Amino acid sequence: MVCMICKENEAKVHLTQVVGGKLKKVDLCEKCAKEKGIDDPMGFSLADLLMGLGASQGLAQGTTEGEDTACPKCGFTQADFKKSGRLGCADCYQHFAEGLEGMLKGMHKGMRHTGKTPHQPRRPRPVTRRIQSLQKQLESAVAGEDYEEAARLRDEIKLLRAEPAPPESPAN
Amino acid sequence: MDLQEFLSPIAELAAQSGPQNKIVMSSRVRLARNLQGFPFPGWAKKPDRVKSCEKSTVAVQTLPQMEGGLSLAMESLSSLDKQILVERHLISREHAAKGAGSGLVLSRDQSLSVMINEEDHLRMQCVLPGLQLDRAWEAIDAVDSAIEHHLDYAFSPQLGYLTACPTNIGTGIRVSAMLHLPALVLGEQINQIIQAVNKLGLAVRGLYGEGTEALGNVFQVSNQMTLGDSEEEILERLGKVVAQVIEHENDARALLLEKKPKSVLDHVGRAYGILANAHRIPSKEAINLLSLFRLGIDLGLFGDAPRALTDELFLIVQPAHLQLISKGKLSPEQRDFLRADLIRERLHDIPRPGSTPPSAPGALDKPA
Repeated sequence: MVCMICKENEAKVHLTQVVGGKLKKVDLCEKCAKEKGIDDPMGFSLADLLMGLGASQGLAQGTTEGEDTACPKCGFTQADFKKSGRLGCADCYQHFAEGLEGMLKGMHKGMRHTGKTPHQPRRPRPVTRRIQSLQKQLESAVAGEDYEEAARLRDEIKLLRAEPAPPESPAN
Repeated sequence: MDLQEFLSPIAELAAQSGPQNKIVMSSRVRLARNLQGFPFPGWAKKPDRVKSCEKSTVAVQTLPQMEGGLSLAMESLSSLDKQILVERHLISREHAAKGAGSGLVLSRDQSLSVMINEEDHLRMQCVLPGLQLDRAWEAIDAVDSAIEHHLDYAFSPQLGYLTACPTNIGTGIRVSAMLHLPALVLGEQINQIIQAVNKLGLAVRGLYGEGTEALGNVFQVSNQMTLGDSEEEILERLGKVVAQVIEHENDARALLLEKKPKSVLDHVGRAYGILANAHRIPSKEAINLLSLFRLGIDLGLFGDAPRALTDELFLIVQPAHLQLISKGKLSPEQRDFLRADLIRERLHDIPRPGSTPPSAPGALDKPA
């Protein structure tokens, strides 16, 4: 087995950790393990490492082998991303959207921004508030052992969470 | 104005206190923002970096929050200046390596700092003593909203604020609390806590030391995910977890005193013995022993010695602050001598620790 990072040396360090409820495995050579601070298991977070690894591989999935088109705005390529783990400009998010999607799914809670928006007054989002009140109802339904109602509420919450656009901004 | 004149005196800085100060050393909220129409700093060529730096600097230094503050070009700072800023957590190590085309704006009291052209065009943070995550967020949110009137941010309705690293997109927010957890470490429960916190999608790192070391039993808990949840949801989750960790640390302290009072007295007494008498002490050892000394103060073993004393020492035992005090360059060996001298001096009037543990539960005032 070869090391996941340098893909040269033999992997001698094998790690398993639960990240976000999922079991993740990493195989590394001694040199890379040391570089990533894995020889000290105390503060080492596998999630960080996996993010780094996932990043370079994730982007590559978006385009077919050997084809590496540069961002038309800034000239950034996949190969550059592989090196730095950083993108070149804001437009890269569009240009590499396909490859980025899987990666973002792996590292974030959701795929849609629900927080602050420039030039908009701060207020709790109606959808968020609706979900919160439904969640309270769900808790009391479970406490009252009304599982039919609980299932209905659960599905409604799921639906609201998956909603592509918050209803307050139909223009966008 | 000269940076070293501008920065708050160390004793003043250490004397600041906030809610839950016994366990929570400080709270921090950071936002990452980028300008529309400019490549990210890491990819931009120098002319673009200089231009975006100018634009951001003008917008940030004219904010009402920055009145009486200090605006600096990174190339104007000496390496000692930069290192002092790193030790005070006002800039990142990465930012310290920057030169022309990067800048820094600090507010008068240094609770607000904005790094310009670090990894993103703007990295703004608010740091407050103790547990004040909501207040830190309110302060930095206001700064961000004010900047927004002068600069166009790179923003997408779907992905939120666009950042150089995909791990920061969406809200661009990193909320963190610096926690002093000596009893969880002594009681060997810390790994369980770290694993549990990791499972909730939050990161735990050591604050002092390189890479993954957690010197001085100081840990930083922060969110990892920035897209999908709102800022308020992220703050709330982290706040809940921090409250839990505080409770566990308090429980662990009570338990240690009840089950192993001799062991606690021994740890604290030895720490005091070395700190008060050493003539040469490396920074790692100093920080680890200061943590035990701080625990001793919390447990009432040093009478009414102020906790601020340990927080002052945590700061001055670091290399750049030592050089600042000595007003000259020091070799590592000279640093170890000076560090020991300063600690001995500060501990001169602190009486030896009591040899009976404080009557367990009463002495451990529960957090208000």
